[in-house]
Amino acid sequence: MSATANLAPTTPGPGEEPVPTLVRLSNVHKSYGALKVLNGVSFDVARGEVAAIIGQSGSGKSTALRCIDALEKFEQGTIDVCGHAVHDKDLDRRALRRDVGIVFQSYNLFPHLTVEQNIMLAPTCVKSLPKAEARTLARDVLARVGLSEKAEQYPEQLSGGQQQRVAIARSLAMMPKVMLFDEVTSALDPQLTGEVLKVMESLARDGMTMILVTHEMGFARKVASKIIYMHQGTVWESGPASILDHPRTEELAQFVGFGLK
Amino acid sequence: MASFSSTHFLFLAVAALWTLGLTAIAFVGGGLVGFAVALARISGNRILRITAAVYIQIIQGTPLLILLFLIYFGVAVIGFKTVPAILAAGVGLTVYSSGFLAEIWRGCIQAVPSTQWEAAECLALTRWQRMTRVILPQALRMATAPTVGFLVQIVKNTSLASVVGFVELAQAGKLINNSIFEPFTIFIVVAGFYFAICYPLSAWSRNLERKLNVSHR
Repeated sequence: MSATANLAPTTPGPGEEPVPTLVRLSNVHKSYGALKVLNGVSFDVARGEVAAIIGQSGSGKSTALRCIDALEKFEQGTIDVCGHAVHDKDLDRRALRRDVGIVFQSYNLFPHLTVEQNIMLAPTCVKSLPKAEARTLARDVLARVGLSEKAEQYPEQLSGGQQQRVAIARSLAMMPKVMLFDEVTSALDPQLTGEVLKVMESLARDGMTMILVTHEMGFARKVASKIIYMHQGTVWESGPASILDHPRTEELAQFVGFGLK
Repeated sequence: MASFSSTHFLFLAVAALWTLGLTAIAFVGGGLVGFAVALARISGNRILRITAAVYIQIIQGTPLLILLFLIYFGVAVIGFKTVPAILAAGVGLTVYSSGFLAEIWRGCIQAVPSTQWEAAECLALTRWQRMTRVILPQALRMATAPTVGFLVQIVKNTSLASVVGFVELAQAGKLINNSIFEPFTIFIVVAGFYFAICYPLSAWSRNLERKLNVSHR
């Protein structure tokens, strides 16, 4: 059935420093009542890796991603993220969330705050950064997503793509060790999708550890160092991007075939 | 028999000030209690939540008149000899407003999309920070218009304070009428006073609603 997770990046070559695993799911089970959503999900993501979770709707991709940030409870299995045991009852959620950034499909910017205030909120509240420093930081991350000139605007004045880039900047400002992207381009038209993907690609190039749930197969192929294909609540097949061209399972072959390469 | 004179008008004007004062007490007191009840109503603690819900249901399901009687006469029965009218009226109206304001505000807080909570939570904000920096500022915008609208209800309902002997606008009208018996003139003037207080408030409320609807800010 499911192929085991590809551990290649975490296995050190001779004389090499081992790359630490930042995120590890083992045998995670979750159900909504009678509906089994996750049926023993296991995978690892090492530092600097870009993992793309793909699969049909209802395969449990988003749920698995949300479990990593403790946004969903799960009944069985363990999840370790940057030293935080997410399955632990005594998990310090705030500590976990200082290390993990997440970007949502619907951006979820704070509508009553300007772009800059959106970004400054967490660094000032959570890290007690002085206002002036937080502002500099906000300008920095806005420059990274190419929106320096929008600092004073309110979210509603921006396009969807711009809002999503602000959401990425807001998350970046907390300097997370891992960033999660939950179908961040699904609500955008192709042009806006492009500008968001470009930002994500540059993050990947800068070595950010990223896990993304996506339907953008082209992007996954190009940027991901690991593909995790989920089917029926399990990791059906995983490996480097080349598995998209040479799928070993019938299901992945069919899934890839459905998309217009 | 004397007829309606400027002295009477002045008497009504002073009573109108008492109406305003009582409204202020009810609004500030009811606001403070109501806000606490609204927070209890949505708290993570089940007992707090249920207690707040029961409080709201009882207040909303009881006529203000009965509430005022309960406080005015009820407190006397418990042992206190007499309750000053202003205290009974103030407490009664505070309790009454708190029950309604709590429910208005709870609705506004819960109308902020849950994704806003989630986004704030994922940025490692504490529950208190999420509430004060993200949720309440958005809820406040939604709450302003209905809150000012409810203020109009409080103004009008202060007239019931007359039953515990508090001399506000309605009671003042009654007193004058007892002496000169010109009910039509007197109560038209009384109604005019109420209208003069309430109309600007409802106009303001409508204005706020329009303004806050245009932009989400």
